[in-house]
Amino acid sequence: MEHKLLATLITGRTIEQGVGKEKGKGSEEYFDSCAVCFFDKSDMLSLGIKNGSTVRVTSKYGSVIVKAKKYRWGTTPGMVFMPCGSWANVVCGDETYSMGMPLYKGFPVEIEPAPDQPVLTLEKLLLQQFGRNSA
Amino acid sequence: MSKIINNVVCPICGCLCDDLEVTVENNEIVKMKNGCAVCDAKMVHGYKSEERILKPLIRKDGKLIPVSMDEAIKKAAQILADAKYPLLFGWSSTVGEAQRIGVELAEELGSALDNCCSVCHGPSVMATQEIGIPAATLGQTRHRADLIVYWACNPWASHPRHVERYTAFTSGRFESSEWKNYMQRLKAASGRKKMEMASKRIARVEPPIKPKVCFTGPPPQMLEQKPGRKMIVVDVRKTMTAEIADYFLQIEPNRDYEVIEALRCLVTDQEIDVDKVGGIPIDTLRDVADAMMNCEFGVIYFGLGMTQSLGRFRNIEIAIALARDLNRKTKFVISPMRGHFNVTGANNVFAWQTGYPFAIDFSQGYPQFNPGENTAVDLLKRGDNDATLIIAADPGAHFPSVIMQNMMKHPLITINPDMNAISRLGDVVFPAQWCGIEYAGTAYRMDTVPITLKKVVEAPPGVLTDEELLSRILKEVRAIKIKRGEPVGQTEITPTHPDTTKPSPTHKTPAKPKQTKKTKERLK
Amino acid sequence: MTEILIKNGFVVDPRNKINCEKMDIAIKDNKIVKKINEKQAQIIDASGLTIMAGGVDIHSHIAGAEVNLGRIIRPEDHYKDPVRKTPITRSGTGYSIPSTFVTGYRYAEMGYTTVFNGSIASMKAKHAHEELNDIPLLDKGTFILTGDWWFVLENLAKNNIDECARLVAWLIHSARGYAIKVVNPGGLESWGFGRNVHSIDDQVPNFCITPREIMRGLIKVNKKLNMPHTIHLHTNNLGVPGNYQTTLDTMKALEDLSTDGKPVAHITHIQFACFKGENWRKFKSGAEDISKYINTHNHITLDMGQVTFSDTTTMTADGPFEFSLYEMGGHLKWVNSDVETESSGGIIPFEYKRNSPVNALQWSIGLELALLIKDPWKIFMTTDHPNGGPFYDYPKVLAWLYSKKAREATLKKCHKSARKKSLLPSINRELTLYEIAIMTRAGTAQALGLPNKGHLGVGADADVAIFNINPETLDIAQKFRTARRAFAHAVYTLKDGVIVTKDGQIVNSQIPGRTIWVDAQTKDPCRIDDDMKRKFKEYWTMEYENYPVTDHYIKVSDKVTVKASV
Repeated sequence: MEHKLLATLITGRTIEQGVGKEKGKGSEEYFDSCAVCFFDKSDMLSLGIKNGSTVRVTSKYGSVIVKAKKYRWGTTPGMVFMPCGSWANVVCGDETYSMGMPLYKGFPVEIEPAPDQPVLTLEKLLLQQFGRNSA
Repeated sequence: MSKIINNVVCPICGCLCDDLEVTVENNEIVKMKNGCAVCDAKMVHGYKSEERILKPLIRKDGKLIPVSMDEAIKKAAQILADAKYPLLFGWSSTVGEAQRIGVELAEELGSALDNCCSVCHGPSVMATQEIGIPAATLGQTRHRADLIVYWACNPWASHPRHVERYTAFTSGRFESSEWKNYMQRLKAASGRKKMEMASKRIARVEPPIKPKVCFTGPPPQMLEQKPGRKMIVVDVRKTMTAEIADYFLQIEPNRDYEVIEALRCLVTDQEIDVDKVGGIPIDTLRDVADAMMNCEFGVIYFGLGMTQSLGRFRNIEIAIALARDLNRKTKFVISPMRGHFNVTGANNVFAWQTGYPFAIDFSQGYPQFNPGENTAVDLLKRGDNDATLIIAADPGAHFPSVIMQNMMKHPLITINPDMNAISRLGDVVFPAQWCGIEYAGTAYRMDTVPITLKKVVEAPPGVLTDEELLSRILKEVRAIKIKRGEPVGQTEITPTHPDTTKPSPTHKTPAKPKQTKKTKERLK
Repeated sequence: MTEILIKNGFVVDPRNKINCEKMDIAIKDNKIVKKINEKQAQIIDASGLTIMAGGVDIHSHIAGAEVNLGRIIRPEDHYKDPVRKTPITRSGTGYSIPSTFVTGYRYAEMGYTTVFNGSIASMKAKHAHEELNDIPLLDKGTFILTGDWWFVLENLAKNNIDECARLVAWLIHSARGYAIKVVNPGGLESWGFGRNVHSIDDQVPNFCITPREIMRGLIKVNKKLNMPHTIHLHTNNLGVPGNYQTTLDTMKALEDLSTDGKPVAHITHIQFACFKGENWRKFKSGAEDISKYINTHNHITLDMGQVTFSDTTTMTADGPFEFSLYEMGGHLKWVNSDVETESSGGIIPFEYKRNSPVNALQWSIGLELALLIKDPWKIFMTTDHPNGGPFYDYPKVLAWLYSKKAREATLKKCHKSARKKSLLPSINRELTLYEIAIMTRAGTAQALGLPNKGHLGVGADADVAIFNINPETLDIAQKFRTARRAFAHAVYTLKDGVIVTKDGQIVNSQIPGRTIWVDAQTKDPCRIDDDMKRKFKEYWTMEYENYPVTDHYIKVSDKVTVKASV
């Protein structure tokens, strides 16, 4: 069985992300609420992952490791959700269709389990993406 | 020594709730009443967290080094004055008074000027420019709306008190709150435990109830039968907001345009020759259309699900057209759920000073507007600018990384109160006061109602307000330009609290103004 | 300490009955004085030029939420009129809704120094004041929409005039407004549920009151408060064919309220309320009937709301009117903006065309009214900027008023049906400079109750406009284009005793201008007790404490204190 899922990614707000961002971008709450990807139960089964497993989300624009979580209300199979934040940004695209608005919602991603790989903290993620951080 | 300050305005989302009760002890907020969980996170914890920047920082050899304010201002002004085409971006989390100076700075620099609107409701503004918008203030919905549609938004997460303050769970003159009905149904449906759990998670937002109808379910007869306010949620995924709604339509991603167009057809009595649109059976849509036509006062609130998915501003345009068509049958309004607390203000301030709400370019000496060209993301994508100033925003956490990588190729100046993602990346990092906590100013609610943010605590010493910082940078930029022999604008930098100069002798002013409750407290 | 002496100009100052007399005007600081030391003073040689007081515009939408929304939705309007920054002035954009700085500059270039903002909803008053602060070179004030405020409706329904007066005083004070504005009384509240009222005796749904009662009640309130201006009224059925009857009914309904022969109401943009005929096809001018009435009555003043044939933007608090305009078709953009418990609003971009029978006749109606009403102290010149056309068309409007030749030149290009219906060919009146000065400054200042504006007498504000018109040599009626150019670009405009424009160019943009507002002091101030506060909480989505405009929002305050009789 191919351990890959082709899905449509939606990014957006969650209340936890809201709380996290207001507590501080370096806070644990922010990390816990943003470095995640929500799945439908059936997708998790097909990928062979559990709540809290690490997965790699890859799009045309980048690839990022986040924690998998089961979506509380069961989203549609084939649709995954990431809270907006630095982690989701890695896979978001720069296509604006000349309207100033980049790709944040409804674009294809590929997801595979990444059991041994760590989820980068904000500082490390920034270093990896832009070669600098607050250090 | 603790004091309680009433009617504090929450500087977070577009709702601008102004009924917070804040307890201050030793110049520190220790308690906040009435606000939501996000508000609590900022007002009680976030604003004083370890992430706070207290001294200006300059990046030297890849490391951020604390420097004096003067040095940082000189450096920032030098960067901006040296740049051929800087980009000034952000503005949505600061007050109108600072935005005004921002426009002046952009004009002086001949730079690009954009606000966060371009990555949230920019398409909504563009759609409004295409066909207008039938809108109303939030109180109008509270008093009159008996049909509330949340389209592609999740106020539960992004505007936690929207439902409670302005729509279904509030009482107005002509419509009453649905909250009791929900509570009763909730009690019948599920146990207290679930309720408590939910209540804990979000202060004061009413607990969830079981989903009643799903998109594949039977036609929602209840929409007609149910007395009182009705709430419909349309989204691509189920959310907490969908749970509290009377009816939830789950549509396929990127299909908003089709679904709304189908609704428009139904509202204007046209036949549709397909069974399903965007995953929704036509019969179901017909029921929704009927509910829309038969209400007394309907409202659509739409969110980023529309502006950010395929079609962008065309989605909004068609939604506005739907609301407009419905006005021939009943009263219907539509409003964007503006995100940051003063992104609406940024649009307004920019518009009255330049004529344009966002995506402005001053490179020719006069304002030009061209979204898709002057919008921050497009500009960065092309790599047009050669320096960036970010104020009161965090594109580090909200711009795609591919875009941010382009921004990092040039000097970056940031002005933010705390060490957010963009501050972590800056070359010159300014600390700033928290507006609405440490200094007062004007913000515009999502329905363009201006509200004065309050000052509740003193700022840490040495940390300036956004206005002060921008004024000083502008002054310094002008000084540099004068040295170079370039023409500059007149130094008319408006102070934060304008002195009322002596009144004209035209009219006699009484020696002592009447001190009734009429004369309101001055800005603190 | 600045002293300026304007020498040898022809002074036109109707308030002081001076008609084109050669006189010197002495200015000390920001006032006009009798005499100054000529040696120390800066001399402006005005020989061969006409001197008038700075213009006073009685009704122009220059700031506020509505205006700004109009700016936001019309980028195409700004594209054609970019304004470059200079070392003296800020950049911006112009045309039908210019940006704030440009508004100030362009008014000053035409010799205007005081402008009153058409209407704002009190809830959004802070916004309006922020914009007004960004309009330099002008003194300004703003009218507050009061006619459909729930507190007013409730109290007037109970005939509680005194209580209503106290509340209105509170509202005007808390919005830092200047006068009571009534727009389509009862109609705005009805529009909350998509309805409207169609005569002055229609019932307002849910409130047991009629427009007649609202207008009469508010006039009584206005009198009790001793407000400097009358109520500023936008009549019911505005923009509807046959509405001249409603206008006549309105004026008749208010007749008995004037006891001392003074006006009790100012009906604004009368042109839009002067339509005869039962539908657009049978559209006719009602100017004869209205002017006949006005010529025999003294309780009403008017302003024109002249149409100027341009691509402009209509905006009014009259939401139902804008919707019916939208329904007439041909309009792409329609904005509605209701404000809870207070008002509604609407915006539609509109192009007035000469070859449209209706638009062309509208143009004619405005001029007919101004010319048929004999007393220029009763009707003032406006375009209801930007509803009839932008304010920079004022010189054109003036030309049509002072020159039959100018009228004929335009009428020739109008639609033939309008030409046939127009009364203009039968009107020979050509206004004199004296009458123009009344319609643009002296009369408006008097109607607004501004004792120190609109004239050049000793003690008046040193707001002066000097035009390149030599009344001895220039026949303005014949050479209307020359005079029109002169009115478009004042040779000098002085604001508060400072030269701000010279030869139509801004030379000083640093005069902020004052915000004029009224504090009507009631004997027994409006009691805001807990019960009242609870009511506020119920009516608005904003806390009572956060509602009023604070001093912070007024850059330069000019408070007019009046003693109310309640």
